[in-house]
Amino acid sequence: MDTPYAIEMLNITKRFPGIIANDNITLQLKRGEIHALLGENGAGKSTLMSVLFGLYQAEEGIIKKDGKVVSIKNPNDANDLGIGMVHQHFKLVQCFTVLENIILGVETTKNGILQKDEARKKVMALSEKYGLMVDPDALIQDITVGMQQRTEILKMLYRDNEILIFDEPTAVLTPQEIAELMQIMKNLAKEGKSILFISHKLNEIMEVADRCTVLRRGKYIGTVDIKDTTQEELSRMMVGRDVQLVVEKGPAHPGEVVLDIRNMTVASKVHNNNAVKNVSLQVRSGEIVCIAGIDGNGQTEFVYGLSGLEPLVSGTITMLGKDITRATIRERAADMSHIPEDRHKHGLVLDYSLEYNIVLQRYWQPEFTKNGFLDQKAIRNYAERLIEENDVRSGQGAITTTRAMSGGNQQKAIIAREIDKKHELLLAVQPTRGLDVGAIETVHRNLIRERDSGKAVLLISLELEEVMNVADRILVMYEGEIVGDLDPKQITVEELGLYMAGAKRNTVKEGA
Amino acid sequence: MTLLIQYTLIFASVLLLVALGGCFSEHSGVINLGLEGIMVLGALGGALAMKYVPSSVPAVVMIFVVSLCAILMGMLYSALLGVAAIHFKADQTLIGTAMNIMSTAAATVIVKAINVAENPDNISSAITYTGARAAFTVRLGNFEFNWFILIAVCALIISNIVLYYTRFGLRLMACGENPQAADSVGINVYKMRWAGVLISGLLGGLGGIVYITAGVSEWKFEVGVAGFGFLALAVMIFGQWKPKRIALAALLFGFFRALSNVYTGFPFLAALNIPSTVYNMFPYIISLIVLAFTSRNSAAPKAEGIPYDKGSR
Repeated sequence: MDTPYAIEMLNITKRFPGIIANDNITLQLKRGEIHALLGENGAGKSTLMSVLFGLYQAEEGIIKKDGKVVSIKNPNDANDLGIGMVHQHFKLVQCFTVLENIILGVETTKNGILQKDEARKKVMALSEKYGLMVDPDALIQDITVGMQQRTEILKMLYRDNEILIFDEPTAVLTPQEIAELMQIMKNLAKEGKSILFISHKLNEIMEVADRCTVLRRGKYIGTVDIKDTTQEELSRMMVGRDVQLVVEKGPAHPGEVVLDIRNMTVASKVHNNNAVKNVSLQVRSGEIVCIAGIDGNGQTEFVYGLSGLEPLVSGTITMLGKDITRATIRERAADMSHIPEDRHKHGLVLDYSLEYNIVLQRYWQPEFTKNGFLDQKAIRNYAERLIEENDVRSGQGAITTTRAMSGGNQQKAIIAREIDKKHELLLAVQPTRGLDVGAIETVHRNLIRERDSGKAVLLISLELEEVMNVADRILVMYEGEIVGDLDPKQITVEELGLYMAGAKRNTVKEGA
Repeated sequence: MTLLIQYTLIFASVLLLVALGGCFSEHSGVINLGLEGIMVLGALGGALAMKYVPSSVPAVVMIFVVSLCAILMGMLYSALLGVAAIHFKADQTLIGTAMNIMSTAAATVIVKAINVAENPDNISSAITYTGARAAFTVRLGNFEFNWFILIAVCALIISNIVLYYTRFGLRLMACGENPQAADSVGINVYKMRWAGVLISGLLGGLGGIVYITAGVSEWKFEVGVAGFGFLALAVMIFGQWKPKRIALAALLFGFFRALSNVYTGFPFLAALNIPSTVYNMFPYIISLIVLAFTSRNSAAPKAEGIPYDKGSR
């Protein structure tokens, strides 16, 4: 125990066919510190953590625990060494109680019967010690995402893990829950736990971490002390160039009403209630209206209703003065472009080539047909122009199967397609989901360029920073209703969070 | 009246045993549509035991040997589902269907071969077990008590304890609900699913032998088990994958099945002059209606039917 490090990963190299996912990476985690691991998507963070967790074996390099070389061949070895992980997608059994989820895998029994009372005592003690409020007898399916996360943390503590890995833990939380989590992480570190915090959110790293290791394209860039660095420096290390963190945009010049929704109600697919309740809103040309809210508050159904994927229960949709409440998707698409939430399900036919995907909504138009057949040459030329203009990268250009492309480039292709076609309204649903900082910057610039060219933009986003930076007007959706109509220049992130959590609401102006 | 109760109880026992079997398999994450086939093979195993064990052995020995043979055959046959569904990640619905089709054919072929070998003129697919069957029952006045009713009740109690109060049950259900979660805490999902499938073979095989000995002393294997395996699946779904509710559902379905056997004993029913086939249809019609209304809010294990692949996280 004469080393200050709890875990050291030294010169780790992990290759996959055709790619070096981790190229000579070193990560040293001190006892009792919060150590951030920063990098874009595909930088090798997940691979490195998988090596630490025993899911992959590194080709080169060694792992040391308390200064002694250890071999981690599977997750059970990692558990035995006291390494625990809160996965980005929680590993919880929905129909079990909090307590059952915590003890699963390490149950104590007497004569073959589970001893839950003992376990409950230990869980409550841990819960109190670290300020992790949970109801041990509530079912996972009934509790908030925040409490589910606390359950995951308690799972690690119940196993007496000393090294705690948090994989992008804030992605699913409200601002209040994020603040709570930060406090919990600090408490854990104070009690001597060592924490690895995987993130690409710079402000969170600045707030909570002691040190930060940055990866880029599989390579080790460096480890810095947070107190000696700035967000700008971290982002430069991560991306490899200067990145505009604040979106630059001039004031909006709203014009004509493009989209007018009155009293829209949409049924839910999962329960008997309506998912969208009596929503009215307007979007004008030359403005970006953003619908903010926590995932699952009716945004998806709202988009289905607007784009025509689901019928409305009641209400009307008017676009450019024309009633499109009952119009087909193709009729709506004449004036509406839609960047869908799920690019694999609604954005692309994954096994089609890139060029076919680019003309997916337009292959039937005269431009792309000749004597009733597809005009392959026209499609190719058009696709190649868009690929060129928008820097969509792929292995074989226009004929690449879209499944083989990276998420960022798939998204670029969709955005290129939607922006290039004729439209007055751009409906962008979580357009930056799963993209890295560089790609996000491009998407945001595209949205603002759309606005400045006089289009109406309706953005649905779960990312607070995106909402605050890009929107000209914020509508907050909570449990299927619009509970706030806010000006991003006049409110704080904390206030917005209260609206999103349903703790606050203002009456929406008539016709807003 | 006594007869109605007697048949209700014995048919309910069959449905209970088989539905509990399905319950274990599905809680582990494997849909077992092959219960029908498992019953047939279990029945065959038991029937052969009754054929060859001299009926002079004590009743306890007879019950033990016959049950054991039925259980072993059931488990052996369920292993097919295990290998295909867990090891080769095949489509579970297709495997189950194939198992059902194969079982009746296989049983018929085997029995005919045995019969012909004994007597070249006997080409029936039937096995007679009048003497052996006597070991299963005790007469209490008019009521014929069948020891298998007691065994079914024990199976119910044990299943309830195992699923909800033991480490094994907790882990089994975790595998059926969220195998990735189970894997992440060091549970071997493949092993647990094998356990679930084999237990369904055990209980399904046992149910098979109880079914063919319930009221008759001879069984023609070309009729299989007349859809009782599917009825048990309906019982399981109606029982929402919970042992206690499954028991109630089994009683309900068992009652209607019994009614078709004994309705002539009730003057007012006989007077209606409805063809016996209508009564025979009852349990199946009931299951259609019941499932149509209850399957919407089903508590089915979430990961059932999806082969578990360690690689995909």
